[in-house]
Amino acid sequence: MTDHKVPPMKKHRSGPAGHSADPAGQAMLNIAAEEGFEVSYDRYAGMQPQCAFGQLGICCTNCAMGPCRIDPFGDGSQAGICGATADVIAARNLAKRSAVGSAAHSDHGRDIAHLLQAVSREAAQGYTIKGEVKLRKLAKEWAIPVEGRTNNEIAGEVAQAALGEFGRQEGRLRFVSRAPEKVRKRWERMGVVPRGIDREIVGTMHSTHMGVSNEAMHLMMCCVRVALADGWGGSMVATELSDILFGEPKPVASASNLGVLRESHVNVVVHGHEPALADALVAASQLPEVQAACEEVGAEGLQLAGICCTANEILMRYGIPIAGNFLHQELSVLTGAVDMMVVDIQCVMPALASLAGRFHTKLVSTSPKARFEGFEHIEFDEARALDSARDILMAGVRNFARRDSAKVYIPSEKSPLIAGFTTEGVFDHLGGRYRPSYRPLNNAMIDGRLRGVVGVVGCNTVKMAQDEGHLALVHELLRHDVLIVQTGCSAIACGKAGLLTPEAVDLYAGRGLKEVCDAVGIPPALHMGSCVDNSRILTACIEICREGGLGDDFADLPVAGAAPEWMSEKAIAIGFYVVASGVYTVIGDPLPVLGSKAVTEYLTEGMEKDFGGKFAFEKDPVKAARLIIDHLDRKRAALKLAPMIYEPRPAETQGKVWEPAFSEAAK
Amino acid sequence: MLVVKVDRCLGCKSCELACAVEHSASKDLYEAIKESPAPRSRVSVGQGEGFAVPLQCRQCESAPCVAICPTRALARTSPETPVMLDHDACIGCKWCILACPFGVITLDERGRTIVKCDQCFERVQRGELPACVQACPTGALLYETLDEILAGKREASLVQIRRSIDKTND
Repeated sequence: MTDHKVPPMKKHRSGPAGHSADPAGQAMLNIAAEEGFEVSYDRYAGMQPQCAFGQLGICCTNCAMGPCRIDPFGDGSQAGICGATADVIAARNLAKRSAVGSAAHSDHGRDIAHLLQAVSREAAQGYTIKGEVKLRKLAKEWAIPVEGRTNNEIAGEVAQAALGEFGRQEGRLRFVSRAPEKVRKRWERMGVVPRGIDREIVGTMHSTHMGVSNEAMHLMMCCVRVALADGWGGSMVATELSDILFGEPKPVASASNLGVLRESHVNVVVHGHEPALADALVAASQLPEVQAACEEVGAEGLQLAGICCTANEILMRYGIPIAGNFLHQELSVLTGAVDMMVVDIQCVMPALASLAGRFHTKLVSTSPKARFEGFEHIEFDEARALDSARDILMAGVRNFARRDSAKVYIPSEKSPLIAGFTTEGVFDHLGGRYRPSYRPLNNAMIDGRLRGVVGVVGCNTVKMAQDEGHLALVHELLRHDVLIVQTGCSAIACGKAGLLTPEAVDLYAGRGLKEVCDAVGIPPALHMGSCVDNSRILTACIEICREGGLGDDFADLPVAGAAPEWMSEKAIAIGFYVVASGVYTVIGDPLPVLGSKAVTEYLTEGMEKDFGGKFAFEKDPVKAARLIIDHLDRKRAALKLAPMIYEPRPAETQGKVWEPAFSEAAK
Repeated sequence: MLVVKVDRCLGCKSCELACAVEHSASKDLYEAIKESPAPRSRVSVGQGEGFAVPLQCRQCESAPCVAICPTRALARTSPETPVMLDHDACIGCKWCILACPFGVITLDERGRTIVKCDQCFERVQRGELPACVQACPTGALLYETLDEILAGKREASLVQIRRSIDKTND
């Protein structure tokens, strides 16, 4: 491992630069401040002031005649050198970002499809087809014959068809036909039906090249279409094929936060997004030789724990505990107890290298697409997946010997949670064995027991106290009888705070929500998986429409989306595909378009007429909750649903979710 | 006083934006861009040959703008305060614009008075740095007292003298 220069921490302020609503997170930030470890919050403070042109989205770096910036106050340049206005520049930048986000999810989907193909040819060691029911169901949907064929034969053709979606040059993506007719008609009218996954990404990148699309509205349509190629394309392929390969998740109990790390064990944290690696690590961790190796170095065993979406994938299917969400990646290293962190793709901070250099933590990258200075690269080979996973784990076990127990501090926080909810699983839950259906869910909304269903999803950001946005928003929605569905780092945030348990019902839920949750035995917030599993939210909406009584259009449903702490370009793509599918979505930080009045106005107002959904930008989570509740009530009124049976639960009767760990004085 | 390190200016114009936001009604970037009349920056980044530099009022001790103002709208209440404008007294005759040797007074077309840098007088009183100084990402803009500047220069001078002494002793 190379010698990492740790930049000296600027001691220009007292106390931690960053804050976390999670006590474990705050404890680690306090340690970072005391011991002089630089973390992302420090770099954020040092980055102030951040460039206002960038924040407003009116800086263009497309071509070498630039870079150009528009003066938002009207005095300086009002157009780039080529003549592009603020509207064009903001829209163009956004379309590019949407394409990148779509590419990230879609490339992940492609890799899953490749893996399925390899498995069907028995060329991927250690993987089998665990989701036979879904395999056959998808095959039928895609008119692939199943009678008298083996799983491998069917899987081979399904994989082929899935891979075909990426290179498709004619027609439209297969999953587009899953969308309700009214949603499809709006896409057709707006010219945004996604035609092929790679095609839309290439097409959008082309349109954002210098001198190609210079009309803000056209660029917004590119932005929408490339995002739809993600939600109804790459991500949906990823979810469906992951279920086929790794199994359809079922409700599973587990735990989350740094307290899942154990001083007595070899701790291996897996971070990133693709389930293939994590799945193999789970299998390898159960090999007797790995257990034996742990005992040989004086550990009681191996503790596998996850960060980010790869954590969610192995949580959903195997109940592997979660060490934390995005902003916990540095904090977990600071515990001094992480013997190895294995990463693949997306959301991995290069800063881990210098941080790990102050401890014994071994950092390993595994994807040919993602390299990091100072990480050891052990490329993950699916052909010998189990062997390479075992080799990786053994390296972690050997590293245990280098742990300095004097430097170990593991916060005790470790919250129980239930995960493993899917569109199909909800059938079983809500209807029971005899009558699996969405009828009970729809009835609950029709009768006024549930106000609606809201997907609270997305990332962490240093721009607010960690998890504060998710927790305050969910807290407020729960007392208003809103059922929450979750994915990604948001689900992890709520998991750490204890919201993903049936016990949370009594602490936080309004009476109507409580009646539904108690009757069925579910938590008030349902963890549906990783960020590609936001496609589960789309398929769930399909079932709600199909069951009837709440309209036949996503835009009719009393549903909404929220991403209070969004950070990544993937989140931009998700926001667009959810909104363009007809679902109102409130996000925390605004999209970087406020320097363009026209684009801002379209995203927050005009878009609703075209797509049945629109964005709202609201950083205050309680105000965001208000926007959502008002929206749900409007939809309920339009559907002429029964009034809510119960008044919202008074806030003072709710249990406290972790209070914000900072005060005005500490700022 | 405001000190500019020319070799550090990258011409990004963050100072201009920050000045405008500071002199807006809302003092918030996202709100200020919606205000009408739009707030006006008092600093402007000039492009020299091979360099960029933020230009602002030098708060002259013997200010030509103060001398020429017919309504005494421009004045300095004490040696410690900047040259400040009394908006109500300014008739927009633009003599000060013509008198200023640095070209850093401009006309606010919407307010119909002149505008010039007030060295963020209120921020400084609160113990904060002027907005442009705060905003500069490379530290090209500094806010130092005369004593601090002189002390710095003298120290550098002493180092030079030390080096010369060492050289002659060799």
